[in-house]
Amino acid sequence: MAEVFVFATLNGLVTGLLLFMLASGLTLIFSMMGVLNFAHASFYMLGAYFAYTLSTYIGFWGGLLIAPLIVGCIGASIERYGLRRVHQSGHVAELVFTFGLAFLIEEAVQLFWGRDTKNYQTPEFFDFALFSLFGQEFSAYRGFMIAIACLIFAALYFILTRSRVGIIIQASISHPQTVANLGHNVPLIFMCVFGVGTALAGVAGVIAGPVLTTFPGMATVLGSIVFVVVVIGGLGSLPGALIASLLVGLLQSYAIAADVGMPELLNLFGVSFDSSHPLDDLWTLNLPQVAPVLPYLLLVLVLIIKPTGLMGNREQ
Amino acid sequence: MKKQLPAWLGFALALILLPQIFDSVLGISILNQMTIWIIFALSYNMLLGQGGMLSFGHAVYFGLGGFMSVHALNLIADEIIVFSITLIPLVGGAVGFLAALLIGSFSTRKSGTVFAMISLGIGELIVASSLIFADFFGGEAGVTGDRTYGPPFFGIEFLQDAEVYYLGAFWLFVATLFMCLFTQTPAGRMANAVRDNPERAEFIGYSTRRVRFISFCAAGLFAGVAGGLFAINYEFITEENLNALTSGRVLLMAYIGGLGFFIGPIIGAVILTLMNSLLSNYSEMWMLYLGIMFLLTVLFLPRGFAGFIMMHQTAWQNRRLGILILPYLITAIPASLFLAGFVGLIELSHIGDDTLPYFGLSLGAESMLSWGILLTLTGIGALGVKLSRPRLDAAWMLANTVTSDDGGDAQ
Repeated sequence: MAEVFVFATLNGLVTGLLLFMLASGLTLIFSMMGVLNFAHASFYMLGAYFAYTLSTYIGFWGGLLIAPLIVGCIGASIERYGLRRVHQSGHVAELVFTFGLAFLIEEAVQLFWGRDTKNYQTPEFFDFALFSLFGQEFSAYRGFMIAIACLIFAALYFILTRSRVGIIIQASISHPQTVANLGHNVPLIFMCVFGVGTALAGVAGVIAGPVLTTFPGMATVLGSIVFVVVVIGGLGSLPGALIASLLVGLLQSYAIAADVGMPELLNLFGVSFDSSHPLDDLWTLNLPQVAPVLPYLLLVLVLIIKPTGLMGNREQ
Repeated sequence: MKKQLPAWLGFALALILLPQIFDSVLGISILNQMTIWIIFALSYNMLLGQGGMLSFGHAVYFGLGGFMSVHALNLIADEIIVFSITLIPLVGGAVGFLAALLIGSFSTRKSGTVFAMISLGIGELIVASSLIFADFFGGEAGVTGDRTYGPPFFGIEFLQDAEVYYLGAFWLFVATLFMCLFTQTPAGRMANAVRDNPERAEFIGYSTRRVRFISFCAAGLFAGVAGGLFAINYEFITEENLNALTSGRVLLMAYIGGLGFFIGPIIGAVILTLMNSLLSNYSEMWMLYLGIMFLLTVLFLPRGFAGFIMMHQTAWQNRRLGILILPYLITAIPASLFLAGFVGLIELSHIGDDTLPYFGLSLGAESMLSWGILLTLTGIGALGVKLSRPRLDAAWMLANTVTSDDGGDAQ
């Protein structure tokens, strides 16, 4: 039992931190522009694909360094030439624009890289077990993922709260007019933040690509979950995003690992149904089956009870 | 309403005559799809266009209505209940309405991002649970039914697609009429007010939540009707019909057609259905073209195709529409060159070892010459558009300059 618990925790931690890498950029972009970037997970996918192509030429580390840069540049130019234009038509148009962008990027990836799964592997450098517990090994690559995610959180938190750049960014979130009057180029700041946010998604893609397989549907798989995380954590809140990522990651991981369900629950009350009952699917439901639903259930509950999310303070 | 009578008569006439003109199997099948998608897109417009609620999960009501309708078809076939096939869309509508009643009771509290997120969450929730409750949703294979077992309707057993078309056309007409009437009811007018300025609507004394809730339930109802028609037409329904793909598709239709205009979603549904059924035969990448078209619409025509048509209202009232014809034609020539070159480039980049038949030429991805031809074509087109734009802009200004005699009170 302890063995299952420990590994579920570790896996949940890895998933949660991966989600955080995406959520951090998304929440940063939201707090700046007030727009939820539907295409955020698509930049994550682009990161993985660029890294795959680059890794065949210059190796994994080169990919890790350059792919996020490319993704960031693409993101920045989309902000400059697309989002900024749509911004005049209001928030709904912006949301719809990023939605269309997600759609387009998925199709473009299929055009350039094809529909099949890419053989993007973890570098041989990481082919060893970091430690083993209860006879199971914990791979070094997962440790690396955790380290990178922690590094990103620390760096972001430090930059946003302790550096001069961070102060200007925070000020342009709350008082864009004043910051502009002080001589800062606010649209440029917005563009850079969008670029950095998408580059962070790119980093997540580079790192997650080998583990979660690199295929055209990878954005859809993670996309809506990242949304859930950001909304649960509270839009625009970085610590909230961290907490919510870990919460969602662990919740799913525990639910998958736990081998209990309705039959056990019903047995507690001494109730049982025979298998011909019309609602048989309901009575035989177990937790691993429900695992994919849980984040969305949590999302709907949070939105009903506290629409601002766990740590958020603005509603729209 | 009286003023619109000719339009409604024309609509009814068109619905009756269209299958006579496009009487091929493909034509009827496309028309059948259109009836479904137009109702669905119009119901989506009730939410987003009229009520200002951006939903990423509208397919839920469509799908649930469809699933219940297929189950109803099966119950009729098993002679458990006696019910006419012609009224199946009402079953779908009732289910869509009930689902909207339930979900709308908490999701319509806020509009904007919160509403969009809840709709997304509910959508994913229903999709995920559709795979769990395999009895009702039929798992990944879906549920199948048969529409021909019911009691015949005046001798019609709905064996043929054309018979189904007239059933669909009838429901399309009824649904469109009711949705149009809804926009003129106080509830419909208030939905617009709440969309434009919720704060002011609250001050007048309306509960914005209640106004949204009413629109939401009505939209759910009509989405369910569309789902019921889907069930009759295809005789099967799968999880795909309530997932994000279908929700996204209806959003694309409404947006490309033009939000806020009643006719917009109809245009959008027609365009997308045509693209879906015709373009997909020619190109694997039709979804890419759809995506590009959608983004361009959002960027340059925020009010969609209907909005583009309505942009000419002032020129029309000024009786100066004629000024625009020549500049439009002149710009259209390089624009179509650009389009042809661009499409050629996209097709060539995924053609592989085959050759691409292209206006009598056969282009291969290996030869530099074919890339050169296409790039030149695209370049010339882009340059031509750039050069002819000032002329078009000037004509546009001229056509829209308000003359003193008619006041030009367009809006």
